[in-house]
Amino acid sequence: MAQQIPHVAYLELGDSPHLVANECTTCGARYFDRRNACAKCFNNDFKKAAISQDGILKSFTIVAFAAPGVPVPFVAGIIDCNGTSVRGNIVDCDPTPEKVSLGMKVRLTTFSLGTDEDGTEAIGFGFAPA
Amino acid sequence: MASDDIWILGIAMTKFGKHSDKDIVDLGSQAAIAALADAGVTMADIGILAAGNLMGAGAGFGQQLQKQIGQTGIPVFNVANACATGATALRTAIMAVKAGEARMGLAVGAEKLSGAGLLGGGGASKKSGNKFEPSGRFGSVLPTDGRIGTDTMPGTFAQVGMEYGHKYGGVSFELFARISEKNHAHSVLNPMAAYQKRFTLDEIMNDMMIAYPNTRPMCSANCDGAAAAVVTSGEVLRTLSKEQQRRAIKVSASVLTSDPYQEACQVLPDVNTLTRNAAIIAYEQAGVSPSDLDLVELHDCFATAELVHYDNLMLCPEGGAVDFFMSGATWRDGSTPVNVSGGLESKGHPIAATGIANIWEVCHHLRNEAGDRQIKDAKVGLAHVIGLGSACGIHILERSGL
Repeated sequence: MAQQIPHVAYLELGDSPHLVANECTTCGARYFDRRNACAKCFNNDFKKAAISQDGILKSFTIVAFAAPGVPVPFVAGIIDCNGTSVRGNIVDCDPTPEKVSLGMKVRLTTFSLGTDEDGTEAIGFGFAPA
Repeated sequence: MASDDIWILGIAMTKFGKHSDKDIVDLGSQAAIAALADAGVTMADIGILAAGNLMGAGAGFGQQLQKQIGQTGIPVFNVANACATGATALRTAIMAVKAGEARMGLAVGAEKLSGAGLLGGGGASKKSGNKFEPSGRFGSVLPTDGRIGTDTMPGTFAQVGMEYGHKYGGVSFELFARISEKNHAHSVLNPMAAYQKRFTLDEIMNDMMIAYPNTRPMCSANCDGAAAAVVTSGEVLRTLSKEQQRRAIKVSASVLTSDPYQEACQVLPDVNTLTRNAAIIAYEQAGVSPSDLDLVELHDCFATAELVHYDNLMLCPEGGAVDFFMSGATWRDGSTPVNVSGGLESKGHPIAATGIANIWEVCHHLRNEAGDRQIKDAKVGLAHVIGLGSACGIHILERSGL
């Protein structure tokens, strides 16, 4: 089987793909990027925290005009995953205001983003209507 | 006037628009020389220069400017603070005067942005090569813009407006388009605006979609321009002419904030909390309440942004921005006229100039010099800018009453 690599380090692949945050051990603030210290409480100790795969769409835009090489239109959204805000595209859904709505239930899904010269496949994530 | 009060002694802006025959230093010089003339002073009187230019940050814009308007050896602060760059330059000059380090300060902001196109997207380009290797703080193997949300400014601010709708309800494509309709209608009276065209609601909604719900006329206009201001203290103003004292505008509040940690701010920039924080401080400093404001120039970088700032600046009850707008309050004949200049959507948004040009607009009304678009008997006004990242500048201005 060809090797897979996640699009971003905070996507955990495997049987049940999910996002993983760096959670501050003192105040519980969650971050998806590499952190030097906590922006909320200045502590510099973090642990991994699994993020719910289910969420509510709390904001979105349908991008019709983007940088060269970015296919349009697409739906960019902010998803409330059980209290943790996540950024992601809304996929498996027509990118129209009729099909996408504030408050809609969505669930994390993964898909191939292509392979590199070694045959390694990059796996991306998005959120599909649930 | 109290000795430690801060006053705008002179202020000027270039017309916003396309200035293909001028470079940034030409535009900055034009605004600076006009602001000095408006103040009735020369570079010999200025003790500090704060110079803002975002796209060329690092090139020493302030020193380049001095070589055209006067090299007097004074300290220069080159500032860059995203779209709050102009307000940051002004704030820097004010702090120097307030601290007693300078009797007068000059703040200048200039930008050339005509034809810049889409801002903010595609920034995370990857090195060439055909192997997936994690890089950056997210350990990404491919660019994330467009694959994991959007980095574009129209898309980011679209989400800011839609998030308000999720929280409080009542937003729609048409509502946001109506905000843009207002600002374009206002621009018809402003000869300094890059665009002075009134659009119908249908024209706005049927124009090119950029990032739903923002169509092209609902986005700030990239253009060229500069603005500059001379500030001084009450102590110095007392020694100047009666005419200078009469035209001087009191800076009742000058506030700059950055965004404090909020849960979602790591995912979608939070332009709300820092604006609200700055507004609370500004109203307290000035001793005025939102209902005292005769006009407001706020950062309508996109129509979706204007809505949330009605709430953030406490012009309406919390959650009440939609009703507030629909009541007609923010049209120029309403109870709280907002962006009578036409706002960034029509006046234009040459980034570093914006945070001084909005103060120029308010000052002109307070001086009763705003011509056809004069808000009658304006005594108090507020100017607001947001730089994404984020930085928020708020100034509350009052006429001298002398």
